[in-house]
Amino acid sequence: MSVLITTSIITAIGVFLAALLTLAERFLLDYGICKITINGDKIYQVRGGNHLLGSLQEQDIFIPSACGGRGSCGLCKVKVLEGGGPLLPTETPYLTKEEIENHTRLACQVKVRNDIEILIPEELFSIREYEAKVVNFKDLTYDIKLISLQLKGDETIDFVAGQYVQLKIPVYGNIKEEVYRAYSIASPESNKKQIDLIIRRVPKGIATTYIFDYLKKGDTIFFNGPYGDFYLRDSQREIIYIAGGSGLAPIKSMLHKMIEEGIDRKATFFFGCVSGRDLYFVEEMKSFEEKLPNFKFIPALSNPNPEDNWLGETGLITEVVDRHISSDGDYEAYLCGSPGMINASIKVLRSKGIPEELIFYDKF
Amino acid sequence: MYINPIVIFFASIFTSNIVLTNFLGMCSYLAISRDLKSSWGLGQAVIFVMTITTILNYLVYKYILVPAELEYLRYIVFIIVVAAFVQLLEMVLERFMPGLYYTLGIFLPLITVNCAILGVALFMVIREYTFIQSLAYGAGGGIGWALAIVALAGIREKVDETKIPKGLQGPGFALIVTGIMAMAFIGLSGIANIQ
Repeated sequence: MSVLITTSIITAIGVFLAALLTLAERFLLDYGICKITINGDKIYQVRGGNHLLGSLQEQDIFIPSACGGRGSCGLCKVKVLEGGGPLLPTETPYLTKEEIENHTRLACQVKVRNDIEILIPEELFSIREYEAKVVNFKDLTYDIKLISLQLKGDETIDFVAGQYVQLKIPVYGNIKEEVYRAYSIASPESNKKQIDLIIRRVPKGIATTYIFDYLKKGDTIFFNGPYGDFYLRDSQREIIYIAGGSGLAPIKSMLHKMIEEGIDRKATFFFGCVSGRDLYFVEEMKSFEEKLPNFKFIPALSNPNPEDNWLGETGLITEVVDRHISSDGDYEAYLCGSPGMINASIKVLRSKGIPEELIFYDKF
Repeated sequence: MYINPIVIFFASIFTSNIVLTNFLGMCSYLAISRDLKSSWGLGQAVIFVMTITTILNYLVYKYILVPAELEYLRYIVFIIVVAAFVQLLEMVLERFMPGLYYTLGIFLPLITVNCAILGVALFMVIREYTFIQSLAYGAGGGIGWALAIVALAGIREKVDETKIPKGLQGPGFALIVTGIMAMAFIGLSGIANIQ
């Protein structure tokens, strides 16, 4: 008998507290419908109580974010003019003094609790989610694949050469959560129906394991984009491209653009690999050299195997760059590759007197 | 023996400090004491939650558990009450006091499982405190905890600028400092004694 009483009292206390919390959540956290005004003219109605990043996503407005809203990448910056509440301690590490003064916030930390007014760059409106079919799958090297995605229906994508998209990796195998991973577009920007991505296998990587082991030709995949401010600047300076591994992708897209638009600037592309088996797209680069008389492709192997019969440049990409560019040129540099390679390359370029604001890069 | 609530209040801050004499609530005490600002934020949250949950637990104990002769269930019941209260508090603050929510809000979930909060409620039972005594003990315990973490954060901020052997950096050093602080607080034991 006493067992029953004990259990029922404990249950009663538990149920009472749970009911209290459920009621509180129902009434306290219901913010009703809130208005988000973007750039002064576009007004969206959303259900209050969620983070700004997610609320905007529901309205098909995609703010770039690499961490998926955990507040660890600091990319989803927007200007909140009104209704954002005070700055949170979770945001301050990612904002500079100037940004704090001009009301920049992280969209993944600001909650929509009332009508809110924000400013976002106009080009973010062209960021959307696309549905695409995998139409081509090609091995470029032993660990790098080219995949071509054709947009479904009569959808088209407008992007600038050098930008990237985020592939949505669905739930598969042991992976219980969708993830997004960013890949640069390698195809020409004139092709608005189909994009090419160059993807290098990351051992045990969630996204690349899916792409290499699960994804097949003919499958449907979703991506959103385009993102990024890594694109060719309009100037007459000589261009230095530096890439390693799959970092060739955005640079290939920029080279297509140069051919299509007849941009005849002097340009050199330094492509760093370990040995012959990492090299790819050499033929394409040769054909670019023919179409662009002022363009030069310089592949470099840091550790060529004897069977490669390598006659080209050897050494780390930074050493090769150091040998080829002079200290008194008027250069503009575009870098894409691993953080290690980019940081080392920036050092070399700075030592050649290239100012920081003329070095553009995409780290991954 | 009935102890004056005022004595309990001061004793629980200085001579029976929950951190420095009982070494309770160590996880958040060690983790959040790296800078003064956040340690003060957490300290305020603990003062607030500890005072109110001690009262709540007193009422639950006296009017539900004792009449039903279920005193032995106090561990589970106290923890549930604390967890539910912190949740509720978070929602109320978010809705009605956004300013306070932004200063305390991020610390509240940390407190749910802070053993100092449960410890105070359990000591209150063992020492058979009355309602007023429990109130004084809860508030004093919270202030004492806040005092200890703010003092430790102050010391750690100063020490951060000096060289410490690698193996002692972080929690190791914080525990040594806490030990020395505890000894220093013994010097106050003439004021009042409740243990």
